Amino acid sequence: MAGFTVGIVVFPGSNCDRDVSWALEGCLDIKTKFLWHESSDLNDVDSIVLPGGFSYGDYLRCGAIARFSPLINSLHDFVKSGRRVLGICNGFQILTESGFLPGALVANKNLNFICDDVDLNVITSKGGWFQKLNDTQNIKLPIAHGEGRYHCDQDTLKKLTDNDLIALKYKTNPNGSTSDIAGITNEKGNVLGLMPHPERACDESIGGIDGLYTLRSLITQ
Amino acid sequence: MDQFEVKVFIRLRPSVLDPAGEAIKSASSKLGVAGIKSLRIGKMIEVKIESKEEDIKEKIELLCDRLFANTVIEDYEYSINKL
Repeated sequence: MAGFTVGIVVFPGSNCDRDVSWALEGCLDIKTKFLWHESSDLNDVDSIVLPGGFSYGDYLRCGAIARFSPLINSLHDFVKSGRRVLGICNGFQILTESGFLPGALVANKNLNFICDDVDLNVITSKGGWFQKLNDTQNIKLPIAHGEGRYHCDQDTLKKLTDNDLIALKYKTNPNGSTSDIAGITNEKGNVLGLMPHPERACDESIGGIDGLYTLRSLITQ
Repeated sequence: MDQFEVKVFIRLRPSVLDPAGEAIKSASSKLGVAGIKSLRIGKMIEVKIESKEEDIKEKIELLCDRLFANTVIEDYEYSINKL
């Protein structure tokens, strides 16, 4: 899309940044720009992806140290302005650690690093992150995580449910997540965090295109 | 300014499942130690810090609350020892 640029944040230890760029540029013809985490100038990007990986080696807790980067500091105004932020896997962990989204991601119940394709139910249309989806509202995306078990207390779960903030649920819970949650949005709907990797499902030749819906929605105003 | 040695203990809240603790509990019984009712893993952080005595508690609280622990899933406690 002409004139629209998606910023992809690179932390020390990010490893899905180039995959996201490949999916956006190669599959959707959307211009991207890598943003080093030390940068705090977000003026020339229209939406932002926090990609997967192991920022700061997952030291202390996944996403715990990344939240102190200058870029995450600038993200508060970016989110307030209504622009879109997508956190994938480690990006989701960073969004919860930074307080953009409630809850936390902890070690999978079975302690395994799970690398698999999973079936998901789309729960909310808030934010339009899964628009143009067919009526069945089911998608298949890959997951690859050791610490993807979403955890929140009962009050938070009620708030998520009552305000329609649960974006995705696993059909078969792989990691012990509270209420099968795989992804959530903020109240405004412009921030989405999810453990599955949409950027790895953007071409039929690698097993599916259900990730295109979410990546395409990054250029929705 | 005084020197302090601080020990911070961080543990998962009781409501958060600790599968790694469960695995170690299982290994403990294989070692032949019976009777373990519960085993949960935490973290301990040792900090040596220079500070005015009147500020030390506030500084450690800030570190615990904002960095060392995620209070959504973890509780913390600490001890401060003036060197």
